[in-house]
Amino acid sequence: MTSQDRVPMVQLLNPEGEYGVPSAYAEYGKYIEALKEEDFLKFYRDMARMRRFDYEATALQRQGQLGLWIPAIGQEAAQIGSGYAVGHNDHIFPSYREHGVAITHGIDLMSILKMLRGVNHGGWNPDETRFHLYAIVLATQTLHATGYAMGVKFDGKVGNGDLENDLAVITYIGDGATAEGEASESFLFAATNKVPLVYFIQNNQYAISSPVATQTTVPLFQRGAGFGVPGIRIDGNDVLASYAVTKKHMDDAREGAGPHLIEALTYRMGAHTSSDDPTKYRSKDEEEYWKARDPLARLEKFLRRQGINQSFFDECEAAGEELSAYVRSETFALGNPPIENMFKHVYSEAHPLIEEQLAWLEGYEASFDDASGNGGAH
Amino acid sequence: MSQIAYFNLPDVGEGLTEAEIVTWKVSVGDNVSVNQIIVEIETAKSLVELPVPFAGVVSELLAKEGDTVEVGKPIIAVKVAGTVGAVSTATSAIKIIDENEAAAAAADIAASVTDEPKKTPNLVGYGVMEGSHSGSRRRRGPIAATAPAVAAAAASLPPANPATELHNTVALASSEKVIAKPPIRKLARDLGVDLANISGSGVAGEILREDVVNGATQASVFRNLSTPEAPKTAEERIPVKGVRKAIATAMVQSAFTAPHVSIFVDVDATRTMEYVKRLKDSTDFAGVKVTPLLIMAKAMIWAVRRNPMVNSTWTDEEIIVHNFVNFGIAAATPRGLIVPNIKNAHEMSMLELAQAIQQLAATARDGKTTPADMKDGTITITNIGVFGVDTGTPILNPGEVGIVALGSIRPKPWVVNNEIQIRQVTTIGATFDHRVVDGDVASRFVQDVASVMEEPALLLD
Repeated sequence: MTSQDRVPMVQLLNPEGEYGVPSAYAEYGKYIEALKEEDFLKFYRDMARMRRFDYEATALQRQGQLGLWIPAIGQEAAQIGSGYAVGHNDHIFPSYREHGVAITHGIDLMSILKMLRGVNHGGWNPDETRFHLYAIVLATQTLHATGYAMGVKFDGKVGNGDLENDLAVITYIGDGATAEGEASESFLFAATNKVPLVYFIQNNQYAISSPVATQTTVPLFQRGAGFGVPGIRIDGNDVLASYAVTKKHMDDAREGAGPHLIEALTYRMGAHTSSDDPTKYRSKDEEEYWKARDPLARLEKFLRRQGINQSFFDECEAAGEELSAYVRSETFALGNPPIENMFKHVYSEAHPLIEEQLAWLEGYEASFDDASGNGGAH
Repeated sequence: MSQIAYFNLPDVGEGLTEAEIVTWKVSVGDNVSVNQIIVEIETAKSLVELPVPFAGVVSELLAKEGDTVEVGKPIIAVKVAGTVGAVSTATSAIKIIDENEAAAAAADIAASVTDEPKKTPNLVGYGVMEGSHSGSRRRRGPIAATAPAVAAAAASLPPANPATELHNTVALASSEKVIAKPPIRKLARDLGVDLANISGSGVAGEILREDVVNGATQASVFRNLSTPEAPKTAEERIPVKGVRKAIATAMVQSAFTAPHVSIFVDVDATRTMEYVKRLKDSTDFAGVKVTPLLIMAKAMIWAVRRNPMVNSTWTDEEIIVHNFVNFGIAAATPRGLIVPNIKNAHEMSMLELAQAIQQLAATARDGKTTPADMKDGTITITNIGVFGVDTGTPILNPGEVGIVALGSIRPKPWVVNNEIQIRQVTTIGATFDHRVVDGDVASRFVQDVASVMEEPALLLD
């Protein structure tokens, strides 16, 4: 962590909430200048929403309502900022922790909870939302994204000088997943095919319990360089840097500049998942260091400096209460999905083996006493 | 109307079956709000705080601190003002009853706390097959089999016994394959147990540690004791050549020219074993092999200084007493017994000696020991303990007048301060050329070696 601190990174909002564009990063300033007050409020509102959702989901897991929860507290700025920088035609290939990016693209948060309860596989339509399904297998989404971006290029939807109609692809990946072979394969194909793709690495410092220093000897923003994917590091807890830098490189990608990599230096303030206990591998001091760099608190300081008054923050708090109550009551009322769901999407067309298996399972389920009411499938 | 809501212990990990109640944060009569932390539990993975799903007044704590509770058992009852909203029955994480039914229900709940484990569905649970089979679901009859393979499996199932059916089905499906975790496989290999012959008592026939251990008591008794097939010929002739011939010549020359005298002493080597362990753990010795043989070698080199006659050579004209130690180590190699030696071992520190022994053993094992390595030895050690033998009467390496055998070191009863204790005991056996070494010198030398084995701190002298 300390050695990484010395690597320069794009920071437009310091931990005290003061805004400034260093001359080295002047090119990013215009993206912030184009924002209106409502945009800043939207950033805060959704970051607060994301955090509140995370707290509630954590509690629901501890109450036996979810099989697993994957917290993202601390990564709000990286996700909300970059998520809003994605254009209206662009496609997003997330990992499994991108609840904030999901919020920026209107995904019903209940879909995410259903997946972590095991009653659906995501449940949203990537064609409509342009937010693809969570990739549980590490780094596979980088290949999906590369393939999609190659398709975009084959379709001629890139480099026409038309930022409104051209499109680019962004994929989210963690620091740990950069060590997967898929990530390297993806860098190579993205570079040699010069596809419109932005890699957004959220370096949250740990691959479950392995600190980033044990995973790489060079900063991750340099990881793609040898393949031909240039990179830049940003302060991942600065929502403005996250927005501006992503916006610029998505625009560049749409204009045909080829792939680019953004490393957002951030910190997972909670556990890797609800099955993990971070106190076993990291220190209180380290957690305190990052708490002082809390992305939400930083944006709040900025907004207060801008004259945003308490009533706005009260509104956000009330909205959080409402969201909590909503996901609680919805989650507690979730039944079991019909058993045919698990067979539905194995093949795109009817398949005799699948039909046979479904018939067997239906027979098996029907052989239980319905009186128990415990089989939601009846 | 108010309701009593029970919060059952959830599976907070992925497939956990139980947890220990560590600390209650609330007492009966306390007001609690939704998501208030009420208890700290310890699972197989970590300490976890549980938030309560309801708001109300705590009416009962159903487990005590220190209790181990199974997943799915109620741990707290909360009297809820009004009613809890819609609650799905898809999980058994909570149970809600109307207050006027509470008295009857309480008996049920109390019974379920002490009862046989209630089978509870886990949301995620590859670890608990039984748990995923809800006890309240009862099969009405055999299922209509749709595929021949399924029909065969169903036909061979025992008649309806809902509690075990799923378990059997799984075991049946996997009966051809050995299911055991890697550490269990290693344990089996170490104990010489063939997993294919073990029937597993775990879920789906998984072989557990105790299965292997139980299997081992039988397996280890018969280990290496199988009777080889009777040879087909009446006799077998092996040409005497090479290393075998050299060994024979040396042994005859040694045994019939030097009058051998052997002496033995039992020694409590507990401290040596502790010292070995300390050296192994020290960073200086990282990557260096440390064994009791090293301590014994160092002990002999030290004892040579006090009894130089054991480190000499007999020629018919004179006795050459060496003031250096070329320390021989008898090594069993694929090609037979050889005795390379470490030149000037008396000048070496413990670490240097350890490295030299390691190097010597590696060279011997690779068959790369040169004649020079075996020349000019002055005294020898033979480690027969590694073969599980207590001790022996070693035969002198030709040209030398002393050899010491290190036997196996194992726990044995030993008298300490008039009490029998279990100590790590070994027997030192030594042979000398009586032409040079008399009984008093031999005894003193062996006693010196024994003293160091009993108290390696003497080496600091």
